Amino acid sequence: MDTTIAAISTNTLGVGAINIVRVSGKDAIEIVSKIFTNKNFLNAESHTIHYGFIKDGENIIDEVLVMLMRSPKTYTKEDVVEINCHGGSITANKILELLYVKGAVPAEPGEFTKRAFLNGRINLLEAESIEDLLEAKNENARKMAINGVSGKTTKLIQDLREKMVSLLANIEVNIDYPEYIDELQITKENITPVLTEIKEALEKIVKESENSKKIKNGINVAIIGRPNVGKSSLLNALLEEDKAIVTDISGTTRDIVEGSITYKGIDLNFIDTAGIRETKDIVEKIGVEKSKKIQEQADITILVLNNNEEVTEDDQKLLEKIENQKGIIFINKTDLSSKLEKIETSKKIIYGSTLKNKGLEELKEEILQTFSLEDMSYKDLTFLFNTRQISLAKEALQNINHVISENQKDVPVDMLAIDIRDAWENLGKIIGEAYEEELVDNIFKRFCLGK
Amino acid sequence: MEYEVIVVGGGHAGIEASHILAFKGHKTLLITMNKKNIGDMPCNPSIGGTAKGIIVREIDALGGIMGRIADISHFQIKMLNNSKGPAVRSLRCQADKTTYPQNIQKELENTPNLTILESTVEDLIIEENIVKGVILKDGTKITSKMVILTTGTYLKANILIGSESTPSGPHGEPRSNHLSDNLKKYGFTIQRLKTGTPQRIKASSIDFSKMTPEYGDDCYWTFSFDNPPTYKINEQQKCFLIYTNEKTHKTILDNLDKSAMYGGYVTGIGPRYCPSIEDKLVRFKDKERHQLFLEPESLYYDEWYLQGFSTSMPRDIQEKMVHSLSGLENAVITKYAYAIEYDAIDPLQVSPSLESKVIANLFTAGQINGTSGYEEAAAQGLMAGINASLKLENKDPLILKRNDAYIGVLIDDLVTKGTQEPYRMLTSRAEFRLILRHDNADLRLREYAHQVGSITEKQYQNYINRLESLKEGEKYLKETKLKITPEIKKIFEENQKEVPNITDTLYNLLKRPEITIEFLENFLTFPMDTQTKEELEIQIKYEGYIKKTYKEVEKMKKLEEKMIPKDIDYQKIKNLASEARQKLEKIRPISVGQAARISGVNPSDIAILSVYLKKEYSKDE
Repeated sequence: MDTTIAAISTNTLGVGAINIVRVSGKDAIEIVSKIFTNKNFLNAESHTIHYGFIKDGENIIDEVLVMLMRSPKTYTKEDVVEINCHGGSITANKILELLYVKGAVPAEPGEFTKRAFLNGRINLLEAESIEDLLEAKNENARKMAINGVSGKTTKLIQDLREKMVSLLANIEVNIDYPEYIDELQITKENITPVLTEIKEALEKIVKESENSKKIKNGINVAIIGRPNVGKSSLLNALLEEDKAIVTDISGTTRDIVEGSITYKGIDLNFIDTAGIRETKDIVEKIGVEKSKKIQEQADITILVLNNNEEVTEDDQKLLEKIENQKGIIFINKTDLSSKLEKIETSKKIIYGSTLKNKGLEELKEEILQTFSLEDMSYKDLTFLFNTRQISLAKEALQNINHVISENQKDVPVDMLAIDIRDAWENLGKIIGEAYEEELVDNIFKRFCLGK
Repeated sequence: MEYEVIVVGGGHAGIEASHILAFKGHKTLLITMNKKNIGDMPCNPSIGGTAKGIIVREIDALGGIMGRIADISHFQIKMLNNSKGPAVRSLRCQADKTTYPQNIQKELENTPNLTILESTVEDLIIEENIVKGVILKDGTKITSKMVILTTGTYLKANILIGSESTPSGPHGEPRSNHLSDNLKKYGFTIQRLKTGTPQRIKASSIDFSKMTPEYGDDCYWTFSFDNPPTYKINEQQKCFLIYTNEKTHKTILDNLDKSAMYGGYVTGIGPRYCPSIEDKLVRFKDKERHQLFLEPESLYYDEWYLQGFSTSMPRDIQEKMVHSLSGLENAVITKYAYAIEYDAIDPLQVSPSLESKVIANLFTAGQINGTSGYEEAAAQGLMAGINASLKLENKDPLILKRNDAYIGVLIDDLVTKGTQEPYRMLTSRAEFRLILRHDNADLRLREYAHQVGSITEKQYQNYINRLESLKEGEKYLKETKLKITPEIKKIFEENQKEVPNITDTLYNLLKRPEITIEFLENFLTFPMDTQTKEELEIQIKYEGYIKKTYKEVEKMKKLEEKMIPKDIDYQKIKNLASEARQKLEKIRPISVGQAARISGVNPSDIAILSVYLKKEYSKDE
């Protein structure tokens, strides 16, 4: 347990007001201090709360409260840090990724509890319940392997591992039985196409997984527009409840208001933002900045325009910006007379009225369309969707990329085998298969050798 | 007459065990059925090979004799896998089946404290589960404090040729009839294993002109870290490569039901890596031909070993099979191939020191533990000998870890996972093989050897001198820069190598995969010997990979250092899964690390075990 682990502790599917990212291990405090702006944090007393920003280099990711709890009076009995960040999975995942970059490793399912248990924090050994706890954890691990990864993905990864193990077995046979020159001899040249094929498959898995993770976690939809075009009304209408305060006064919404609905089985997380305009009001300015950030990080943006007004300079800027991302234009207030001239955009335009509940179905449908979800059976997502799995797949990809570049430099095959083996093991961890014996068995299954 | 240790069996395990005990000053008796067979090589005429060659180096580093005797007894030697990287390089020599046993016997005769007795051991003297000596065939009792069994393939051995089964040890030697039954009586689990050996062919009947010769290396090599080479490169003998053909395959397939294996006459489990030729044909139907090698057995008689043609077919079919091969149309078979079945114990009943868990002060080594191969046997014999000596001296056993040596991997695999077939070492079994190299066996093991007193002062001094040269060599490489003159620049360019920066040290240059010391020797002379150059080059060039391996080692070590007390009662640990509890009770691992490698013991069981240990034994820590 000399590693420092990190994971999102709150339910990643829900879009609550806050998320908690938990870090545990001997380097927990140091790792967090590398991405946290508060200078007092590193040497602060135990069980204290610290305000500041999480930064990725110069970029501010989020404004957070960080709880510091030093060993041993913590959940795991190790140093524990909990970062309270804003809701929605994007921010929390970004913070998690930063922590991994700075040296934390993804926590296995149930690993915080396991550490608490191993460190003697959960002192339930005599109680019957400990077995239940462990059983539950196994069940979880089992589910991870069986349900957590779909049959198709398991198959995909198994095929890929099969390719790797066949390459490895061939390398091992060349090494352990060098006199058998009749067997295919792995060389710098003939290894390249196999590796490239594996690399491409891995890249596809990683890319598609990140995509499908989005879908599984819900699509984050930012609602933007200049003040008082009816963004909050749109949110309320979509959610069918009065979540955002709606007034006639421009700039009423100064913070982010979120809400989710499930449409055709897919979560749509709507994020209402402060109206975007040039402003001198400090509070509103912060809101505007935040809106811009939300728009950048969202999966898709709905730009709301007012049918009853002419296109303004602010609208024009937003129209230009939305061109470079996934977006839909919603022209609100069609119940009023149209003063809007023809607008230039490549995006789909939907006309409607939040007041009359018009165009909302069409809007929701269009969001799914944009992600081609009609073609994708969301119940049978073929790819990996949790950060641990994706991180393992990325590691495997890194291993293979390393092999490819080292192979170009004429590094001998015994070294290359090390990274191929790592990649093979990393993929094995995703689907819960990683046996040393498997490799030796494969050598004898595939090749004919011996006295 | 009282001995401290009795070693039963004069094969490669028994040799190393008795030699090291006597070397360390313990009064040792070696009992063998036939003195003349001590050091005999009943199967292939080679020592070393992939992974095995590294084991021989390790044996030498630890004070064993296999390496240095092989050095003076071979007629061909080569480095395997030179092109495949430093981690997997390994020496193999063609050892002379006449001179190797002779040289071994001479060595043992000249070892003080060692007595050799010609007899057969059929029982042990056991009192309260402690061994007190042995009982010979004629009923004579000989007492000792420790006994080491290295009985090879002799326990209730049967030789199988076709449907014929003859109770016999290798080459018609007598077998041991009762020892394995007696072991069973004392609580050992006995399993039946099988191996085989191919035909021997009369040299004068072979037409070598139709075969592809295989040569030894044209540079000098030794297994030993202490002795210089004694052979001459140009006096090395050739081996030959041939192939099976359509006619061979038809002969075999037409007569499959006559083989002992396919006729159903064998009960032992044969090794996958050493299948008979009929096995190969059945399992790999599509292969048009199989490689075979002809290797001379000795310079002193004219028999050749037909590697790859091991079979349990009857003699008349073997004649046809051999005559179907190109160059062997008129071959005279001097010995037919045969399969041999024998009794072995379940290695799960052996502890990592190679002492039995069933009977105290009794050690087992070699094929009786379920392994195959001269080198695997010798390595275990050496470790059993060292550990018996340490026990006599009231010291802790020497248990090599998986990151210390192939010997560590070998013994850990055996005592942790057991084996259902004769176990052969492969480089792929060693997860840390990058640091278990041919070149650094002494760096890995001589310190241990010195601590347990298994090497001479001179051998230790050789190691200290080597450390010194490496230190100096490294200093030189770090402080010396290559002056880039126009001529040097040109040579780099001609060889399509990136021209180095003027400030680069030799050390930095060697980090580049394409730059070798050999290449740099075009420009300057390195003030160091070949071994130092080789060692430093590997260490520098593969530093990244080596570091990565050490990181993995560290992870393993944490668990390895968590020792499990010998008296642990697994019944008392409430929440263990029942399969895990059974396995743990049977194997009784010495550390949490070893426990984690047992199949059927899951991470949750390890977690429960860890908490239990912490709770119950933390006062002792």
